Amino acid sequence: MVSFSSKLIRTLLVCGIALTVTSVDAQDRPPVDPAKVDALIDGMFTRVSPEWRARAVLDDTQRTCTDRRNQVSGAEAEAIQARERASVVLPPDGNFLGDWRKGFQVANNGRGFQFSDPAGTVAGGNCYACHQMSPKEVSFGTLGPSLAGYGRERNYDPELIRDAYIKIFNAQAAVACSNMPRFGSSKVLTIEQIKDVLAYLFDRQSPVNQP
Amino acid sequence: MNRMGRLIALVVAAATCAGLMGAMAQTQDESEREIERYRAMINDPMANPGYLAVDRGEVLWAQARGTKAVSLEACDLGEGPGKLEGAYAKLPRYFADADRVMDLEQRLLWCMEKIQGLDTADVIRRRFSGPGRASDMEDLVAFIANKSNGTPIQPQNAHPREREMTAMGEALFYRRAGVLDFSCATCHAEPGKRIRLQGLPDFSTPGKQAQETMGSWPTYRVSQSALRTMQHRLWDCFRQQRWPEPAYASDGLTALQMFLNVQAAGGEITVPSIKR
Repeated sequence: MVSFSSKLIRTLLVCGIALTVTSVDAQDRPPVDPAKVDALIDGMFTRVSPEWRARAVLDDTQRTCTDRRNQVSGAEAEAIQARERASVVLPPDGNFLGDWRKGFQVANNGRGFQFSDPAGTVAGGNCYACHQMSPKEVSFGTLGPSLAGYGRERNYDPELIRDAYIKIFNAQAAVACSNMPRFGSSKVLTIEQIKDVLAYLFDRQSPVNQP
Repeated sequence: MNRMGRLIALVVAAATCAGLMGAMAQTQDESEREIERYRAMINDPMANPGYLAVDRGEVLWAQARGTKAVSLEACDLGEGPGKLEGAYAKLPRYFADADRVMDLEQRLLWCMEKIQGLDTADVIRRRFSGPGRASDMEDLVAFIANKSNGTPIQPQNAHPREREMTAMGEALFYRRAGVLDFSCATCHAEPGKRIRLQGLPDFSTPGKQAQETMGSWPTYRVSQSALRTMQHRLWDCFRQQRWPEPAYASDGLTALQMFLNVQAAGGEITVPSIKR
């Protein structure tokens, strides 16, 4: 659905929104029977609803990233990225930028999809949990790179806006086994919410692009 | 995001506005120093309400209950019936009588049923305390774990089932699932990372961070006004991972504890600790 240029890859690398993939030292422990691990994990969720149980079942991408502890081969990475690219849906009206004020709310909201959340909870993207965004906000996480000055540093380039939309919609379309969630493909965020977050990153008025 | 972190962030932000601080990096250092100061401030055993749970647990341990009207004093936590000193430091471990690897909470439930003839449904219902709801398990774990203070964490691997559980726990640690594709390793496999202002211990390599974490649970959580056990910590991790709610005292949580204790081997137990 989305054709990828080498420019995207370059951009993601240069711009540093590509998430680092954790390296793991090989551990010296006996191999385990994968069926036994699956049974052990099933046993933890015998009392939850079928809908919730389904969330503990790995899809093909999760399975490969789990088996390889995110260290996938070139061929595996290509297979993952091709599959994930296919699920990216671009905004129907071709407009990538929403309202940066609403985007801030999405970036600041960590609710949603927790078993403690009441029904009807509006989910956020919780970007601040892992990323610095507005330089004025001191409470930000460091699991992902800083996004302070994101749009300004990219000269508000429309092509890079589109690339960032794809990254947020499905991070693994860009980087296989990225630690970042596939917000659009997993239906955690709507297209409108992603557009609002993009505006938070790329609007000239957004605090992200202020000193 | 924790409330204390937010409060500190607000204080720091206000200070910044007042022009008391300059560069961003300096502000960040200041936030971290404030959090450290807060930690040091609350870390006073004489003022730690977790010790009230220890005292309640001591009473519960010796109280005759269940259809057999006996206490838990005949319960074997691995070191012999009724022997508590150092027992927690070797849990979870394999128990031949149950033919299972069990953590402390699983073992206590087993003893309540087999020795006391106690219906554990009510105990499990009150597994986590809340306003007006005491938890026998939290109190008993506080009492028993406290008897291992000063003892190093000793992960058990003599029995093949112990080795298998550890390996399965490691597999679970790296398993990516849920709507956000998170595993334990997403947040706990690199040193020096934070969620918001909350520092994240790295459990991917054995050493100090795992030792300090595993050696400080059970803990009194100031923000929850309750003593919490590792079962509660892991339950809360699954919630934040957007995984389904794990069943209390299920074997997967025991497997994870086996793996974490291997990473924490040799760490000194000092419990109940006190955390934000």
